[in-house]
Amino acid sequence: MPLVLTEEQTMLQESAAGFLAESGVKELRRVRDERDPDGFSRDLWKAFAEMGFTGILAPEAFGGLGLGHVEAGVVMEEIGRNLTPSPFLSTAVIGVSALKHASEDRKADLLPRIVAGDLVTALAVDEGAKHNPARTAMSATRSGNGFRLDGKKSFVVDGHVADLMIVAARTAGSTGEQDGLTLFVVDPKTRGVSIERTVMVDAHNAARIDFDGVEVDADAVLGEVDGGWKLLEGVLNAGRAALASEMVGVGDEAFTRTVDYLKQRQQFGRLIGEFQALQHRSAHLWSDLEVTKAAVLKALQMLDEAPDAAAPYVSVAKARAGRTCTLAVQEAVQMFGGIGMTDEVDIGLFMKRGRVGQELFGDDNFHADRIARMASY
Amino acid sequence: MAEDLEAFRKDVRAWLADNCPPEMREPLKDVEDRCWGGRRFKFKNEAQKLWLDRMAAKGWTTPEWPKEYGGGGLSREEAKVLRAEMARINARSPLDSFGIWMLGPALLKYGTEEQKQKFLPPIIRGEIRWCQGYSEPGAGSDLASLQTRAEDRGDHWIVNGQKVWTSYADKADWIFCLVRTDPAAKKHEGISFVLFDMETPGVTTKPIVLISGNSPFCETFFDNVRVEKENLVGTLNKGWDVAKYLLQHERTMIGAMGQAAGVRPLGQIAKSTVGMDGEKLADTLLRTDIARLDVDLMAFKLAMERTTDRIKRGLSDPAAASMLKYYGTELNKRQYELVMSVGGAEALEWESERSRKGDDARTWLRTKANSIEGGTSEVQLNIIAKRILNLPGA
Ligand SMILES: Cc1cc2nc3c(=O)[nH]c(=O)nc-3n(C[C@H](O)[C@H](O)[C@H](O)COP(=O)(O)OP(=O)(O)OC[C@H]3O[C@@H](n4cnc5c(N)ncnc54)[C@H](O)[C@@H]3O)c2cc1C
Repeated sequence: MPLVLTEEQTMLQESAAGFLAESGVKELRRVRDERDPDGFSRDLWKAFAEMGFTGILAPEAFGGLGLGHVEAGVVMEEIGRNLTPSPFLSTAVIGVSALKHASEDRKADLLPRIVAGDLVTALAVDEGAKHNPARTAMSATRSGNGFRLDGKKSFVVDGHVADLMIVAARTAGSTGEQDGLTLFVVDPKTRGVSIERTVMVDAHNAARIDFDGVEVDADAVLGEVDGGWKLLEGVLNAGRAALASEMVGVGDEAFTRTVDYLKQRQQFGRLIGEFQALQHRSAHLWSDLEVTKAAVLKALQMLDEAPDAAAPYVSVAKARAGRTCTLAVQEAVQMFGGIGMTDEVDIGLFMKRGRVGQELFGDDNFHADRIARMASY
Repeated sequence: MAEDLEAFRKDVRAWLADNCPPEMREPLKDVEDRCWGGRRFKFKNEAQKLWLDRMAAKGWTTPEWPKEYGGGGLSREEAKVLRAEMARINARSPLDSFGIWMLGPALLKYGTEEQKQKFLPPIIRGEIRWCQGYSEPGAGSDLASLQTRAEDRGDHWIVNGQKVWTSYADKADWIFCLVRTDPAAKKHEGISFVLFDMETPGVTTKPIVLISGNSPFCETFFDNVRVEKENLVGTLNKGWDVAKYLLQHERTMIGAMGQAAGVRPLGQIAKSTVGMDGEKLADTLLRTDIARLDVDLMAFKLAMERTTDRIKRGLSDPAAASMLKYYGTELNKRQYELVMSVGGAEALEWESERSRKGDDARTWLRTKANSIEGGTSEVQLNIIAKRILNLPGA
């Protein structure tokens, strides 16, 4: 499989780019400055649905387009370039990837509503400051004909607007073990669930969620009891690769804007882009971005073609995206000089999104460590 | 398509199983295990010669070159399959060659039909070994300022001047050489790209010893050397175009040097040198360095694939080869700094058999040249800034 987009994928890229550039970065500013209670525009999300984007990963039988992770990544990259606040990651990528494993009835109920833009989902995994799913402590104990959930989740993207949550909890084993985890589909309106919206530095959505004796039925279980790890990893990998693609968009856009600025700003009677010190740093950054783009595209292709072998590629992609995007946004602010520090110029918004993207679903240390573990050293 | 490729894979696998001698599946012990071919090359053993001849007969020393000149005629995807299958059995490269990496692609683009017929088959079969006469004492990064002169004598030129850093000039049969054919023109415009036999009277070489203790390159002197006009490649005084095109191939090749097959992963070597603490290397900081390197090596390998795929399809500027050169060589230097860290005192031995005559240390030192040869890292960054980013005044 050549590491280039197919013709169809290129067309999708063009239409996503056109569509998302219309609302552009000003949509993020609107959400932030108006303190939008949803943290995204419902109308825009409906427009995503009309474009077919909400259903990229959903099977055609459920109204989706039945496309792959490469296509989802294409949309994510454009989301990154425009810093678009939307539930695309939480719902169209992660929600759909998880619910593909639900019963036929449940799929028939939920997937068409996601595709229509009527249902938002959230994945509740993290519990501490750092992503580490094996350290899940939240408990799910058998109770009646179902389970009782107790514990706390944090960094739940789109948690306060979700119509449905996918929650990782421990039905066996102890903290740190991969075995003994189970995924549950939980209605956020269930008694005992309390949700605190935690707006993040990048003005995107997240929430802390408390589960206090939350009773769910046995059919809330997604996949196998005690054996949720593999499913969770698969879902997380889809999210990680998609997020890596978004970060390529964030980093690449910050870089493009920086190079443009180097061709406009004059000091010492010259364009600052004439200074070799800045030329070399720009050329290095371009190289870094190229290498990362290759890693991200490969991870997405692997998720489509050989998902069981995708994990190392996903970790390489997410680790690279984390580092490269971080360098891109830092260099951007530095090369813009003082004006790069102002809220008026967009560059700072890219830095903020980059920081959140780096943390979400494992930063570059987490993923480099995973590479070492997979190679058993 | 996919099925054809699978069928091809099966054929290749079977052919390799039958034809790749067991000795050629063992990791290289030292640099002398490499096969360079040429009139004066002494094969290390029968297996090395057999492997070269068999691969050459299939055209697989140059898998993607056209069949009419003896190449493999494979598509890019088929060539990937061949490489993957060779890597699977740790097959050595049958032939390392400047003819393959550098001159061949330039001849395929700029050579006349006669030149292709004459020069390509002996490259493919490893019969003629080439060296590169670009750099001069006063013309390194600023290559276009070169001074070696070719005077027009009707049907031939007389060449006078000096080249330097000419890799393997003392072992090569022929040279591809940049000479100034129009001293009055601007520096990029009076250069021509010519070929001549290193046995031509007036050619002398003097080896230079490197910090690795090896002596792979030379000063090369030309004293009234006769060069036939039929051996001009491309247009007279337009040699710079040929030179640059060739450099793109050279740069991609040098960038790939850190990805040599059969290198044992550092994480595994470190297990025995630093030991384990539970499931992790006992030296956790070294472990971090290795893990980060592994991430970047894997990503870079994909970048080589993506960039060549994109250049082939016209999606990337061919100058993107400068990125591969820059990134790959800096990465390889980082890799060998870690080889030395992981090896510790063992990697410092210079002569012992145990250390394969100081192979780690010598290779570590050799990698420092990667970011110099073929145009320095700084020059690659200049090219990216100018050609790709269109930065002003670059
Ligand atoms: C192992 C090895 C093998 C080689 N093999 C061959 C061969 O087979 N044939 C051949 O022709 N040549 C060969 N070379 C020569 C090689 O191409 C040159 O060494 C190289 O182009 C650099 O030239 P230089 O050594 O004169 O360094 P210089 O050009 O003097 O550079 C010195 C330093 O100045 C920097 N510098 C120069 N110009 C700029 C600029 N504009 N901006 C920023 N920094 C700059 C360089 O990056 C470098 O760091 C080989 C070199 C090595 C090390």
